[in-house]
Amino acid sequence: MDDNVAVIGVGLGKVGEHWEKSLRDLAIESIWMAFEDSGIDKVDALYVGNMSSGPFVEQEHIGALIADFAGLGPIPAVKVEAACGSGGAAFIEGYMGVKSGMYDYVLVTGVEKMTDVLPSKTTSILANASDRDYEAFHGVSFVALNALVMRRYMHEFKVKREDLSIFPVISHKNAPFSKHAMYRKEISLEAVMNSPIIADPLSLMDCAPICDGAASVILCSEKKAREFTDTPIIVSGVGLATDTLGVHDRKHMTTLSAAVEASKKAYKMAGVTPKDINIAEIHDAFSIMSALSIEDMGFAKKGQGTKMALEGQHYIGGDLPINLYGGLKARGHPVGATGVYQIGELVYSLRGDGRVDAERGLAENIGGSGATVSVCVLERGD
Amino acid sequence: MDVPRHWREQVRRYRLVGSKCKDCEKLSFPYRTVCPKCRSRNYEDYQLIGRGKIISFTNINSPPKEHKYNLPFAVALIELMEGPVITAQITDARAEELEIGMEVEMVTRKIMEYNDDGIICYGYKFRPIVEYAHP
Repeated sequence: MDDNVAVIGVGLGKVGEHWEKSLRDLAIESIWMAFEDSGIDKVDALYVGNMSSGPFVEQEHIGALIADFAGLGPIPAVKVEAACGSGGAAFIEGYMGVKSGMYDYVLVTGVEKMTDVLPSKTTSILANASDRDYEAFHGVSFVALNALVMRRYMHEFKVKREDLSIFPVISHKNAPFSKHAMYRKEISLEAVMNSPIIADPLSLMDCAPICDGAASVILCSEKKAREFTDTPIIVSGVGLATDTLGVHDRKHMTTLSAAVEASKKAYKMAGVTPKDINIAEIHDAFSIMSALSIEDMGFAKKGQGTKMALEGQHYIGGDLPINLYGGLKARGHPVGATGVYQIGELVYSLRGDGRVDAERGLAENIGGSGATVSVCVLERGD
Repeated sequence: MDVPRHWREQVRRYRLVGSKCKDCEKLSFPYRTVCPKCRSRNYEDYQLIGRGKIISFTNINSPPKEHKYNLPFAVALIELMEGPVITAQITDARAEELEIGMEVEMVTRKIMEYNDDGIICYGYKFRPIVEYAHP
């Protein structure tokens, strides 16, 4: 048991449009929230999940920047980048730092400052996660790539747009409870259906919002974690996989092969099957990604990813409650920070927040249109 | 910086040249120097004909900034008759005409003009195949 890795601290900054705060302000705030939560204030290494600090705020080298300004001392500090999957990828790097015995305490911070540029520039920066020469060059935005996958999915499996539009409703249902969420209110299916079309068949409310945010978690061995708490949250399985960068090169355009691979690895490491997962944080950047994720991580057959949603099984009290703190849609999607927010939210749910009694959950973080997917299984260690 | 970047893509963007694996004959567009099927590094240029059918499409209302003067425009995933699937804009068609299965052919058009460096970029787009009646 000694070599298990546990999460002992979480700090989730408020997600939103933070005109008065810089990238470093956001990161430092979440780091010291995590310190306060854990009871320690020193770590041996920092991994920063971030997609595009260069294009967004003309700042690279943010590992050193954040270590410097957060007062972490001369520790190793690097940025990990895998587009919108940067946070989950950074978490797995941090996990390996502890698991390998290299570091005793590791800090993982996800941060993205998106609102210092105009929305059309943001759209262009996000498109850098696709194949710039063969997808983005032709004017294909990220929303458009997801729209292409969504139309194909609707065509292949005879699924209606309103069946997919249920996913934003589910995520928003949990948002009023979520103190750090950007939009803390419920929305109706009609509101999603009637919101303006961005790239048909995707509408505005199918898409997670552009925003700023930072989240931090602290990792250490289970043995050390037990010095701080009787119920550490154990990281029992992690998996990361990649797929073709371009949607056009996928054998099955409506399958996230990387989610299939990553979840298999994580389940195997944790010694579980999808049936053993009680709750899940799903990467609902676009409604279609929720359906594909549910299917490709083994919770539903291909083409049936909306079934549990329509039956109400993803709400609290259902078979698989998802996105308990609002998901990307309502909490917000500060791209490189999202994966760390998901881990923190999963920790909150597993510690017990009075809403669900869950023993085990997973967090799924997607980079780009599915070229990177990480899946992490966490469980209560009591 | 931007000039060589577009210049070196000429053969792909103007002539739709992909690659063929000399060992397993797998065709790729864009070209690949390592075969995605058999991992062979023996490859040669392959001239695609530029015809195919739409397998998915979308009409974009909120484009990246380099494309904001091109609105409205549609992009599609097109399965070329030789097999590879390509992402490209659809031109010479109204949004409501597009459908999955529609046959399209390549044309060379202006892709963007108002990027940061002011370089006018041309490349492939696809249009519906029209059968003209001969007099």
